[in-house]
Amino acid sequence: MKSILKNRLAWPVIALVALLAVNQIFRADFLSLRMQDGHLYGSLIDIMRNGAPTILIALGMTLVIASRGIDLSVGAVVAIAGAASCAYIAASPEPASPVTAAVAVLIAVVAGLVLGVWNGFLVSTIGIQPIIATLVLMTAGRGIAQLITDGQIVSVTNDSYKAIGAGYLFTLPISILITAVVFILAAVLTRRTALGTLIEAVGINPVASRLAGLRARNIIWIVYIFSAFCAAIAGLMISSNVTAADANNAGLYIEMDAILAVVIGGTSLAGGRYSLVGTVVGAFIIQTLTTTVYTLGIPPEVTLVFKALVVLTVCLLQAPKARNLLRNLKPASPLRTKEKVAV
Amino acid sequence: MSPLSTVAPPTVKKTSSVGSRLRGGARYAPTLATLVLFILMFVVGAGMYPSFLSGQVLLNLFIDNTFLIVLAVGMTFVIITGGIDLSVGAVVALSMMVTATMLQNGWNPAMVILAVLVIGGGLGLLMGMVIQYFDIQPFIVTLAGMFLARGLCYVISLDSISVTDPFFTSMAQARIPLSEELFISPGVLIALVVVGLAFFILHHTRFGRTVYAIGGNENSAMLMGLAVKSTKILVYCVSGLCSAIAGILFSFYSLSGYSLAAQGMELDAIAAVVIGGTLLTGGVGYVLGSVVGVLVLGIVQTFIAYDGTLSSWWTKIVIGGLLLVFILLQRLFTRRTA
Repeated sequence: MKSILKNRLAWPVIALVALLAVNQIFRADFLSLRMQDGHLYGSLIDIMRNGAPTILIALGMTLVIASRGIDLSVGAVVAIAGAASCAYIAASPEPASPVTAAVAVLIAVVAGLVLGVWNGFLVSTIGIQPIIATLVLMTAGRGIAQLITDGQIVSVTNDSYKAIGAGYLFTLPISILITAVVFILAAVLTRRTALGTLIEAVGINPVASRLAGLRARNIIWIVYIFSAFCAAIAGLMISSNVTAADANNAGLYIEMDAILAVVIGGTSLAGGRYSLVGTVVGAFIIQTLTTTVYTLGIPPEVTLVFKALVVLTVCLLQAPKARNLLRNLKPASPLRTKEKVAV
Repeated sequence: MSPLSTVAPPTVKKTSSVGSRLRGGARYAPTLATLVLFILMFVVGAGMYPSFLSGQVLLNLFIDNTFLIVLAVGMTFVIITGGIDLSVGAVVALSMMVTATMLQNGWNPAMVILAVLVIGGGLGLLMGMVIQYFDIQPFIVTLAGMFLARGLCYVISLDSISVTDPFFTSMAQARIPLSEELFISPGVLIALVVVGLAFFILHHTRFGRTVYAIGGNENSAMLMGLAVKSTKILVYCVSGLCSAIAGILFSFYSLSGYSLAAQGMELDAIAAVVIGGTLLTGGVGYVLGSVVGVLVLGIVQTFIAYDGTLSSWWTKIVIGGLLLVFILLQRLFTRRTA
């Protein structure tokens, strides 16, 4: 089992290292970090900060996919969370006070939890296929967000709120710290307790796990609620970073990026097995790709083509059929990596 | 919103009693429910707005949605096999960009259309082959296809390119009179031909029956000796071809190419197919159902345009609500027949 996990992580890590190496070759100061005004600066920090919302959503998505589900609605949840919090701040009597910001965060999180409960209800209680159940909210969600903002871009001026996406703490961007906390939380809760194994059990065979006395329905509720929770936090980050809520474009296609991150990270879409570290690596690969395009001087409009090719390559390398083909070409299997901890 | 959600449940009962009388009719029930809903919406619209009750309003539903009809037809093939094609919106945009650019460079319209069809079909074929031979999820492969097609659009041009070719402008402006006051556009005829062809292929050929068999149970289909591999590849080719045709129709309609065009159209197509009674799990679905599904989406938009006080985002919310109602309906029927 462990050796499989090591194998699964090997390719994404190699891809990430290769991407970073390419950047380093073309820009000598790429990997360097420097302190300025008490903040840490550098390309790596930028990659982490810009990738924070995607990583967060991908973490939630990992658990959903591990339970043999999928959550297409996260982009819509991002839009709704941002819209709800910004609309509240804009309409409150004291739009600049920290208390208002705190209430706005609370509103966004509660909105996310409610939407997660809704998805969980459709999937577990009604028993609808996850891809369809979450398609409902994906379609309607942006409409709801526009309803909240009345079709306008709601901009706010609140320093406490702005700190979530653009602020610094202990020399690091707060968004990175939030993401790290959620990652540790998810890792500890699922790998230090039985929860992770239970999620995998549901993903492998929901009926068998139910017959084994497992409350499969509750597990499914938990993963969708967690996914929506992560999306709501990401929505706060995105809207706070630009201090505005854009119901149309906030988190557009972020569900696709998140699913890609999960798949690149070695989690099977068929469920039953997941790797949170792999997901984080996958999200870094996607974010680094964007940066690489700029470093290499490739015109930005080619980014998507580049992304498509890399995604296909990584997916092909992971596909069992393609790997068998490779193995037949060269008999020895050189995939051995040291100390890739499987969280 | 409220009239819709209160109207839907009674139609369920009506069609299910009709469905149970017909042998095996339960399979048609979701599609029939959609048809009943469409007629009801039209009647309600006519009651609320006198000008709604005209043949031209009905025909405009076709004229304004030709591309979506063709897209939904292609998507129906893919979804019946149990797959999904997320690339269609991007392929529509790519087709439009290729059309506009080639025409701008003085190519013959016939050659342009041929080239677009080859590109669309080729992209579909490619995705189908990756899905089949490397055993990667259709979701991921077509997502990469979407990025690729959308990226190629940006590579061609970031700006909107207008189409001034005489053939295309004449297709855009031509009106085929049906009676003194009623008319359709040439695009509608093309869309109807595509629908007719797809109907024949899906319901009356060996390929079509294999499509259903794969959706029902891929392993059984394989054990029955059906051409599962080639069929699975071909459905994505069909979807790609339909996207290319839809792109050409959209060019007729908008007379321009823009790399951001048709964003999210894959969702509309999937919604139309589901509302039209096709099961996303595969194995059950009808081409004509998807056409009715598109018409329902179209009438929702017409409703909101007629009302005037409702903002455009209600369209999304209503479509989401309709999707939910129909998914719940399907759930009911599949539970009953299972």
